[in-house]
Amino acid sequence: MHIMREVVAEADNPVMLYSIGKDSAVMLHLAMKAFYPASPPFALLHVDTRWKFREMYALRDRVAAQSGMQLIVHINPDGVARDINPFTHGPALHTQVMKTEALRQALDIHRFDVAFGGARRDEEKSRAKERIFSFRSDQHRWDPKQQRPELWNLYNARKRRGESIRVFPLSNWTELDVWQYIRLNHVPIVPLYFAAERPVVERDGALIMVDDDRMPLNPGETAQLRMVRFRTLGCYPLTGAIESTATTLTEIIREMLLTRASERQGRVIDHDDANATMEQKKQEGYF
Amino acid sequence: MEAVSPDLLTTDTESWLEQHERKDLLRFITCGSVDDGKSTLIGRLLHDTKQLLDDQLAAVTRDSRRWGTQGAEIDLALLVDGLAAEREQGITIDVAYRFFATARRKFIVADTPGHEQYTRNMVTGASTADAAVILIDAQRGVLTQTRRHSYLAWLFGIRHVVLAVNKMDLVDHSQARFEQIVENYREFASHIGMSSFTPIPMSALSGANVVEASSQMCWYAGPTLIERLESLQIDADHLQRTPLRFPVQWVNRPDSGFRGFAGTIAGGRVRKGDRVRIQPSGRESTVSRIVTADGDLDTAIAGASVTLTLADEVDVSRGAMISAADSPAEVADQFEAHVVWMAEEPLYPGRNYLMKIGTAAVTASVTDIKYQVNVNSLEHVAAKQLELNGIAVCTLSLDRAVPFDAYRNNRNTGSFILIDRYSNHTVGAGMLDFALRRSHNIHLQHVDIDKAARSAIKAQTPCVLWFTGLSGSGKSTVANLVEQRLHALGHHTYLLDGDNIRHGLNRDLGFTQADRVENIRRIAEVARLMVDAGLIVLTAFISPFRSEREMARQRFSPGEFIEVFMDTPLEVAEQRDPKGLYRKARAGELKNFTGIDSPYEPPEAAELVLSTAQMSADAAAEVVIRWMRARNGAA
Repeated sequence: MHIMREVVAEADNPVMLYSIGKDSAVMLHLAMKAFYPASPPFALLHVDTRWKFREMYALRDRVAAQSGMQLIVHINPDGVARDINPFTHGPALHTQVMKTEALRQALDIHRFDVAFGGARRDEEKSRAKERIFSFRSDQHRWDPKQQRPELWNLYNARKRRGESIRVFPLSNWTELDVWQYIRLNHVPIVPLYFAAERPVVERDGALIMVDDDRMPLNPGETAQLRMVRFRTLGCYPLTGAIESTATTLTEIIREMLLTRASERQGRVIDHDDANATMEQKKQEGYF
Repeated sequence: MEAVSPDLLTTDTESWLEQHERKDLLRFITCGSVDDGKSTLIGRLLHDTKQLLDDQLAAVTRDSRRWGTQGAEIDLALLVDGLAAEREQGITIDVAYRFFATARRKFIVADTPGHEQYTRNMVTGASTADAAVILIDAQRGVLTQTRRHSYLAWLFGIRHVVLAVNKMDLVDHSQARFEQIVENYREFASHIGMSSFTPIPMSALSGANVVEASSQMCWYAGPTLIERLESLQIDADHLQRTPLRFPVQWVNRPDSGFRGFAGTIAGGRVRKGDRVRIQPSGRESTVSRIVTADGDLDTAIAGASVTLTLADEVDVSRGAMISAADSPAEVADQFEAHVVWMAEEPLYPGRNYLMKIGTAAVTASVTDIKYQVNVNSLEHVAAKQLELNGIAVCTLSLDRAVPFDAYRNNRNTGSFILIDRYSNHTVGAGMLDFALRRSHNIHLQHVDIDKAARSAIKAQTPCVLWFTGLSGSGKSTVANLVEQRLHALGHHTYLLDGDNIRHGLNRDLGFTQADRVENIRRIAEVARLMVDAGLIVLTAFISPFRSEREMARQRFSPGEFIEVFMDTPLEVAEQRDPKGLYRKARAGELKNFTGIDSPYEPPEAAELVLSTAQMSADAAAEVVIRWMRARNGAA
């Protein structure tokens, strides 16, 4: 809350990136608290790839309406024109065009100078060294060597025209902290985090949910109903489900603590063979 | 605090979670050099407290084969070394934060690098830590860097130090060796005023005395590392017993009926009905509500994020502090402080920086470096400037008074950062020691005859024409011609020329960057007095740094400072070389020569730019005169 207020006090035009996942839900909830009784003095930005789960879109629209904040949805028009999708073009290009480039476009079009994101340091090794205030050049590039030291709780949010800052208020939260916050504060989250019978196909060891009829099935492949849930949410064709029977928050937390596989494992994007690929993506402007 | 059985997670998750929610959070740093096994220790803590997940373990096993230094064994250090560049160099170059929890506590560990050139990284980690784990290689004993790390940790207010004597397995778990190291360290610790520390013999590689007690060191009866970290007292408890400090972050005004002040309590506690003082204004009022989204509170303690409303309509804005009325913070504009420098470009006394202290932002400059501390020997050495990773005791002067506490009493209200006004980078960090008494005693004398009265007699608008450019760009020549013309027009002028001033007022200054900054500061002050006297002042100095020209500009009223940039390419100036200085500089006979081995930072928004390579000195002077006529009709 301290961090969010510092940003609002010092930024010209801040925005909160809202990805509809559990981290975004917690971040939004904290923002509502930080500025209470006023509404958070910034908009929510959803960078839409057109391939999110349907239940995500439903929650997004409901939450935005309840928060009283403006919701800006940005879809990369070039991507739409070229009909970029994860099946024909592969996950890497899809992410590059519909997420990385789309985010840059949205920030440029609306001239947002500070964007809140829900990333946490415990997610991945290169994230552990990310600052809470992360500076991007006017080309949106992240230079690990140009990051500013952060001492005490004194944040330096000064920047030149054209430069922007990504701010990660949840940097020091763990996955368990996030779930506990959701549990204690009754934060609404997408039902996909809870186990239910869902139509899935198994591909390359990942369980992919058939969320709509845009998903081409391989010969001989049929969707099976299985009891599954998701630990993270992204584009449905790129997000693997896990088999689970956890239907309550307490069960989810229990399962998380007892299963020994880390959170991002279900994401196809992190599994390129090269080392430290997340770091490269960040340098190019991926969140 | 009760220990939580891990089995409870399986049998009664609900109760386990309730217990977990009550755990407090300890932040600590680990310091040691590359070879002391720091990353291995953190890897060991994560591994033994079962924070590692299957895919992370699989990844580190795979990486161990590719990068590892432990042969066939898993190299736990690889869990910790994150960025690709570091892997290649085999050293940690930044601060990495790791998270783990035990049955009693949650932990955030800041893993900071050991080399002297990474002092700034270490102090970044230290600034928020409750405890420091200082690693020593049992084979090598107390080293220079051990002393450096201990001094820095202590300086940054860390009062819980664990001396982790690592690699005991390589000295046959010898008790005598351990005690010898502890004795050496104790001697040093008393020297820096460290009253207590906890020495623990361990082996991060085998895990002995990290989480589990060691069977090979039965002679040691003290706590394991994790036991010590679980039991020591965190700073938040201490802060709650200090007087109320509430730096106002943001004024919350959703409608005309509500006016609240949002912030995080930086010290003490606040209760409804408490008498408070607004600082620096000094007005007093009473807390009427403590507002949160979960309902109003009767009381809130240090660390809580709340919104306060006051009983009276008092003027409070961001940067103000709401303090206990009976125990307010000090308010001052001159301080003595410890400053750590974090930028490649050195700190120069006299240069203006932006200071962020609490939620206030003010302009500050270092007036004097009293001494620099050699972080290895702890000796005090004289310094005219402060280089990257340097630590010094300085006096600072601010453009307005701010509320503060001494750092040793409150880390939140006694700490500040310095920001470069051009790059916007965080270049320094400081800890306030005390206010200088002269700041209470010197007041500006009020005089009745002012600048307007004096300039009215002369029938001119006083200003300074600040010529800047490389040596040989024609500053003195053009300034001289401009002065002649102004004089002919009946104006009272004065030309301050670089070489002439250096023969008198600034005879004591050389050409180092620090002296150049002071040179310009004095010139700016003299020019300001002359403008105040009603004169049109011309200055002809290289004045190579933007910061100093900006500092000079700020000493004048808007419109009074006219920056004239002599835009001459280096080749042209060097070819002219009227004083033969470039030739000497190229020959190495002249050090710190602007354009050769000292930078020139061209103005970004000069009032006037003269391309003297393409025009004669007369033509350039004419441009200046015409510009001044156009500016105010009368020059």
